Amino acid sequence: MLAVEMKGISKHFGLVQANQDVHFCLESGEIHALLGENGAGKTTLMRILYGLYRADEGEIFINGNKMEIHSPKDAIAAGVGMVTQHFTLVPTLTVAENIVLGYTNSLTLSQKLIEQKVQAASERFGVSVNSSALVKHLSLGERQRVEILKALYRNAKILIMDEPTAVLVPQEVDILFESLLRLVKNGLSVIFISHKLNEVMTVCDRVTVLRDGKTVGTVNKNETSREKLAKMMVGRETFLDTQRSSRKTGESVYEVKDLTASGQQVVKALDNISFTINANEILGIAGVSGNGQSELTKVLTGILKPTHGSIKLEGQEISRLSPGDLTEAGLGRTPEDRHEGTIGDLTVAENLALEDLNNYTKNNILDQKKIHEDALKKIDEFQIKASPNDRLRTLSGGNMQKVVFARALSRRPKVVIASQPTRGLDVGATEYVRKRLLEERDRGAAVILISEDLDEIMALSDRIAVLYEGCIKGIVPTSEATAEKIGLLMAGVC
Amino acid sequence: MDEFIVGLIAATLRVATPLIFATLGELFCERAGVLNLGIEGTMFLGAFVGFTAASMTGSLWIGLLAAAISGILSGLLMSLLSVRLGVNQHVSGLGITLLLISLSLFSYRIIFGESKIPPSINSFDLLKIFSDNPVLGPIFSQYLLTYIAIAIIPVVWYILFRTTFGLNIRAVGENPEATDAAGINVYKLRTSALMIGGALMAIGGSFITLAQLGSFTFGIIAGRGWVCISLVIFGNWHPIKVLLGALLFGGVSALQLRLQLKGLKLPYEIFLALPYIVTIIALTIAGRNASYPAALLKPYKRE
Amino acid sequence: MFKFRIERAPAPMWTKPLIPIVAILVTFLITSILIILAKANPLQAYYHFLITPLSSTFSALEVLVKATPLILTGIAVTFAFTSGYFNIGAEGQLAAGAIAATWVGITFGNLSPIIAIPLMIIGGFVAGMAWALIPAILKVKLKVDEVVTTLLMNSIIVYFISWLLNGPWRDPISNWPQSPDIGSSAIFFRLIPKSRLHIGFIIALIVVVIVYFLIKKTPLGLRMRASGASKTGAEFAGINVSKTIFIAALVSGGIAGLAGVSEVAGIHYHLIDSISNELGYTGIIVATLGGLHPIGVAISALFIGLIDTGSQTVSRMLGVPVYLGNVVQSALLLVTLGMLLFQNYRIKRL
Repeated sequence: MLAVEMKGISKHFGLVQANQDVHFCLESGEIHALLGENGAGKTTLMRILYGLYRADEGEIFINGNKMEIHSPKDAIAAGVGMVTQHFTLVPTLTVAENIVLGYTNSLTLSQKLIEQKVQAASERFGVSVNSSALVKHLSLGERQRVEILKALYRNAKILIMDEPTAVLVPQEVDILFESLLRLVKNGLSVIFISHKLNEVMTVCDRVTVLRDGKTVGTVNKNETSREKLAKMMVGRETFLDTQRSSRKTGESVYEVKDLTASGQQVVKALDNISFTINANEILGIAGVSGNGQSELTKVLTGILKPTHGSIKLEGQEISRLSPGDLTEAGLGRTPEDRHEGTIGDLTVAENLALEDLNNYTKNNILDQKKIHEDALKKIDEFQIKASPNDRLRTLSGGNMQKVVFARALSRRPKVVIASQPTRGLDVGATEYVRKRLLEERDRGAAVILISEDLDEIMALSDRIAVLYEGCIKGIVPTSEATAEKIGLLMAGVC
Repeated sequence: MDEFIVGLIAATLRVATPLIFATLGELFCERAGVLNLGIEGTMFLGAFVGFTAASMTGSLWIGLLAAAISGILSGLLMSLLSVRLGVNQHVSGLGITLLLISLSLFSYRIIFGESKIPPSINSFDLLKIFSDNPVLGPIFSQYLLTYIAIAIIPVVWYILFRTTFGLNIRAVGENPEATDAAGINVYKLRTSALMIGGALMAIGGSFITLAQLGSFTFGIIAGRGWVCISLVIFGNWHPIKVLLGALLFGGVSALQLRLQLKGLKLPYEIFLALPYIVTIIALTIAGRNASYPAALLKPYKRE
Repeated sequence: MFKFRIERAPAPMWTKPLIPIVAILVTFLITSILIILAKANPLQAYYHFLITPLSSTFSALEVLVKATPLILTGIAVTFAFTSGYFNIGAEGQLAAGAIAATWVGITFGNLSPIIAIPLMIIGGFVAGMAWALIPAILKVKLKVDEVVTTLLMNSIIVYFISWLLNGPWRDPISNWPQSPDIGSSAIFFRLIPKSRLHIGFIIALIVVVIVYFLIKKTPLGLRMRASGASKTGAEFAGINVSKTIFIAALVSGGIAGLAGVSEVAGIHYHLIDSISNELGYTGIIVATLGGLHPIGVAISALFIGLIDTGSQTVSRMLGVPVYLGNVVQSALLLVTLGMLLFQNYRIKRL
């Protein structure tokens, strides 16, 4: 029997067609992967199923009955649960409070009673949680278990998991897969959103591939291979593997020593990090997301002050400099999130000039002509599809990222800091950004590439450092790095 | 005990009463993620509507009820702007305050005209407990609403921390996305918080006309709403701590009046301004440690 | 049948100038209920509101008189809001400016106007800045919400003025709670004889031009706009957001202080209790209606000035309480706020 059938689903946001005539079927009792690249429309489709978005067109059947799902409430009533990528938990509440939230009929709330109930459910489903702990004190893996239990507690028979392994280390992934397989045996059906071929082949029964918002096809795991799936997913032969000649790098320019910084939730988001980087070199910093990448980006770009340690640029201490002074000192800084590092309400030209206002000021007045002309030059050089007077927020992600790069690179910095530079970009923009980073390296810059995309790290870096729980677990030359070796480091196994 | 101190305590409770009601009202709104700067106007409206309804019907209780209803309507207006439409909470709240004050003044003129002697009503009687005791007697000679104000604090605590509705409110003020994903209607929840909050604010305002003064004057609220905003921060969004702040404020105001009556040569304005200055100092000290509801000021919009 | 769908996308540009017009119409429609309740004819009332004040030179100039402080407080609010600082304290900063102007006017009011008037302007600006200082410091140093602190500062200065007028500055001649008059050479001279229009209006227009220039053409203005639009983005680009906000907050206070100077030197000639009279709060309405654009703010101040003048006409001619003007102004603010959001939607025919 079909647990879920989605027919002809279309959904657009502004000018972007996120889903177009998508068909999707989930059999009862299977783990079904929804595979596709970033931006293929997987999450949109599932948010429609869970009632977070309304489809423009299309029909949804659950257990054979046509459903109108207007809100998560309807979805929950129909037995659908979802564990999203960004956990929907309230940090200041306890585990038990989070689990019963929106799912209790009684008017009053006895802490003791709900904790007992949640603990009982935890044992029944074999998903272990501490029901009286505050969520803000839990690790990401623990939070994910709370999310799963929350869905099961609501009698979910169909569980949507959006990129569940993105925040987990391999050991936690194994535990997750084990409990999913056990739950499926007991009658649960699972939709597993992923863009990782290996885990899809490990745990799933069938795979539906989406590309550019459209269904490419559904296949049984046994009748396909990684290569076939990759081809369906990308739509072209993969995969660019740049030749790894052992190039000669220049002198050491940038030295990070014993760097420690606190994050929003953890005291030591970065714990005694040290590395150096040479001219003519790309140092890739790999790691599972949430292991200190954001904080490292912030410290290196001057947004967050380290609690301890030093950063030296050509021997000069720069760790306490302001962002503006870092730019002056010769750093090309790009933000982890391009929306946070730019200003959507200002124009492209204004954004491009913002980092270097002294250069665009004559007698204390903005030199509008120069701002405009330089913007035109950069737009041309970096192939940005926009005009100088467009508001930045009207640009696509790829063009916005090119603006970020144009601003950071136009002063020919000695050190380039790129953090998640291709996250959420389409194939064309991704290739442009990567090519650009290689050009910077060839020009003589020292490039720090912080990325959660291991393929990207492997393809671009000369050396690879792995971040794990705020520590650098090891730095290996790419020529010696195998996926297994890096994978182990990412899991904290040395 | 000294007569002076006994009188001071009694007056403190009286001055604190409207503040307790309105601050608890604001607490509800902020716990749900909405900073309601409409509080000043809502208190003003409550004072006016309570007075008008009481003087028309002759019943103080109908006045109180009418005030509460007007507060609920004010909460609905705030909800329409800041919750449904997602307008900036600062500006929409201030706009509502300006609107409600001018609307009350306009209506007062239409209903009561421009008489030289301001109309008045027979206000609530004092409810005397322990009237034989020389110390407790004067302290517990208060309006019923004052006793209710004290009693309502544990009630609000219970609602927030021991009911499902309270859990939902606390959740929506911290993480509306999570609350929505849990199948709770964020808009309805915030709207109900604003309605309850509005009712409490308006009751607080009506206490001044229905109990304390028995008449309506144009400067009747005079910034008390803004005091309540700071009392919420001062009380760290916790109903019990809010009481302490309200008593502190009430105490300083009462002391000022008493010292003035005693003929102290100090300029009384210092005492009137003191609570505001103390609040600024308290904000400075609390500053970094204040545990604002995480979603405060952020309109929620589902894609 | 035509089918329509409302979708989230920027509305076409031509709708932008329509927003204030439609907002005014909607507001008038709503407030006509009140006029009917006041037993008057709404059409007649709005005639007296909008047309009568403009039909005689004297009352038309009176509109400019009313608009003068509103231009200044509106610009003050705009200046702060542009940088992302919600200065609700124009009310108190205006009062601070008025106190300084009164002091300068009394002390130096018998020197030449060439000395007295610039001294008053500087004094008022500095006093407004000073009153804005504490909330600004708390904001940038301790991240204390400026909305609450500026509101509290508004309340504090009310008592300060009350103390001044009941104590040291009480007019010894009349013995009323008002200060003695400022010296004659400190009085703003009239632009047009037999009207109340004074050079404060010209000062306000100059401030509009300067602020327009500052915001749009200078690096400080760009930094302010950047900080206001995205704090994180501005910080990332190397802008010292705290410093920018701090400067904007103080200048905003200074401009509000000028409104106080204008009221003392141009209208009252002495300090009174109700010197601010909600001009600061109305400045928020003016700034919002003017779309936080200096020129728009000047226009909306004129419109609010018209409603102020008109409400007195309506009150005189039809007996409608004068507070109708305030109701119209605040309702207009709320309607406009609601309508601004429609800019983010467009209607699409399927």
